[in-house]
Amino acid sequence: MSFLEIDNLDKSFGTTRILKGVTLGIEEGGFLVLVGPSGCGKSTLLNTIAGLEQITSGEIRIAGKRVNELHPSKRDIAMVFQSYALYPNMTVGENIGFGMEIRGIPKAERDKAIADVAQLLQIGHLLDRKPSQLSGGQRQRVAMGRALVRKPQVFLFDEPLSNLDAKLRIDMRTEIKRLHQRMKTTIVYVTHDQIEAMTLATKIAVLKDGILQQFGTPAEIYNNPVNMFVADFMGSPAMNLVPATIGQSGSESTVELARAGAAPVSLALNGASSALSAYRGKEVVFGIRPEALTDPDGADRNAKHLVTTDCHIEVVEPAGSDTFAVTNLGGKGVVARLRADARIKPGATAPLTFNLTKAVFFDPATQERIA
Amino acid sequence: MSAPSQDVATRNGVVVRALIYALLILFAVYYLLPLYVMVVNSLKPLDEIRQGNMLALPQQWTIAPWLSAWSTAQIGVSPTGLKPYFLNSVLMVVPAVAISTVLGALNGYVLTKWRFKGDNIVFGMMLLACFIPFQIVLIPSARILGLLGLAGSVPGLILIHAIYGLGFTTLFFRNYYEAFPTELVRAAQIDGASFFQIFRRILLPSSGPIIVVTVIWQFTNIWNDFLFGSSFSSVDSIPITVALNNLVNSSTGVKEYNVHFAGAILAALPTLIVYIVSGRYFVRGLMAGAVKG
Repeated sequence: MSFLEIDNLDKSFGTTRILKGVTLGIEEGGFLVLVGPSGCGKSTLLNTIAGLEQITSGEIRIAGKRVNELHPSKRDIAMVFQSYALYPNMTVGENIGFGMEIRGIPKAERDKAIADVAQLLQIGHLLDRKPSQLSGGQRQRVAMGRALVRKPQVFLFDEPLSNLDAKLRIDMRTEIKRLHQRMKTTIVYVTHDQIEAMTLATKIAVLKDGILQQFGTPAEIYNNPVNMFVADFMGSPAMNLVPATIGQSGSESTVELARAGAAPVSLALNGASSALSAYRGKEVVFGIRPEALTDPDGADRNAKHLVTTDCHIEVVEPAGSDTFAVTNLGGKGVVARLRADARIKPGATAPLTFNLTKAVFFDPATQERIA
Repeated sequence: MSAPSQDVATRNGVVVRALIYALLILFAVYYLLPLYVMVVNSLKPLDEIRQGNMLALPQQWTIAPWLSAWSTAQIGVSPTGLKPYFLNSVLMVVPAVAISTVLGALNGYVLTKWRFKGDNIVFGMMLLACFIPFQIVLIPSARILGLLGLAGSVPGLILIHAIYGLGFTTLFFRNYYEAFPTELVRAAQIDGASFFQIFRRILLPSSGPIIVVTVIWQFTNIWNDFLFGSSFSSVDSIPITVALNNLVNSSTGVKEYNVHFAGAILAALPTLIVYIVSGRYFVRGLMAGAVKG
């Protein structure tokens, strides 16, 4: 049984259904990331866990106890808000201690707890300042301090890093991960940034239009997306999704990718699942991640099934650590990820290796995964 | 080429600036002229005013008209000066401003942070109170004050002013709290703060500017009110505006213009002081640093 369970949760504002039958759970000490595009309902889901929004139907349980009717302060949770939501009229110390003050904890005990948290987050020297005198990163720490000091059963983070600049965001991301490893408290974390989701989570829930698309470990979500939305949403650069046809060569299935001004690329799918044979002669969507499409020297030596073919390179984008090359397959630009020093020129033809073990196939009509 | 043109630009700037200032000063003088007339004539003996030169400075300075207006002038039937009525006004204004401001703040808090079904309709109806001409409600108000046993008393006036101020105070606070980050309220809820704790500890400390605006607005309106004051007061609850009218209209022979001027300034003084004292708190941006920066 999971520590935090969300069971068939529905949430409507008036006649608009925001969350549609979401069911998921996270084990104690887990790090659940809710990810999805704007308006997918991820923040609403977090707010219902916090108790800041009432739910329409379904059940939320923390440690086996139903919390639907409980006031936010009674759910044993703490929340870090996107805007940090520091009380502007109080000092940092008062901000962190406010919850304890409300609960009537004696001053000495409060000061001790504040000092402990301040030391943990290295904000001891800021305790007497007002939030307006802090930088973005410092405010972020104070907001986390206010959550940490409660020692809750579940931490809720609502896009906590999105107001920070790029470098600080990565630092704080590492810091949050370190804190989690140290405190081992269950965390639910909302973000629209799929890289944050991948790096932090033990479990990811991908939401779209209030419907849970996929729930699994980061590796599952990344390598085995259940539909085209998840495949496209997770990963940067995004997975290449190319219209293709399943053909036949002897007893083997092949995948045919159309090319402008040349014969189609035909890739043999030896040992491909039987699910694909049913699609012979039909249109599918062929999905391959940029790192599974690379120069022959950079290809994964351990991969079971590599196919190399010549492709016309349209654009080359050196990115320092890698070089991205764009070729045209099936009428779409397809991004390949090459070694940084790969010798490749735009306008020329170069061999590219497809790691077909990593390839996925979708039905173009339903957008669901076939194989 | 650039140097001379720069020079011309600077000189033009000075000319334009001088023109603007001249115009502004002219308007300021024009606007302050009535006040000047009132002040100088309130400091003259009556004979000098009768000579007809209203703009001249007093030849013989005196504060007798002020003393008379304050404590001995004939008002209605009794020679009490404005003093008791000034006190009536203070007794009326202070609670009325306090009550309408506090209730307006609570209304604004509920209407923005504790939204309920139909809250906008409630707010719309409260707004309507801002636009109802007071003459329409005179008779119903008189009836209700009578039923409550508050007719002709200072508490009756406080009630009427507090109620009719609510529309505006609610409008002010609602619009101010609309921009107040809701996440702060949510954070406080998670911290376990109650409805009133959130209001008192989180919202009120950040409400300085809007409180000042509301207090100035309410104070000026209630202090200057004549209609309710003349309709709902009796002998011992007459506010200063009505008393001033009585002072000017009491005919015991000669019209003491100098006393009237002094009385009018006395009646206007509190609102003036409120503006001067609290006007500078208007601009403070107290919300800086609440959310992202």
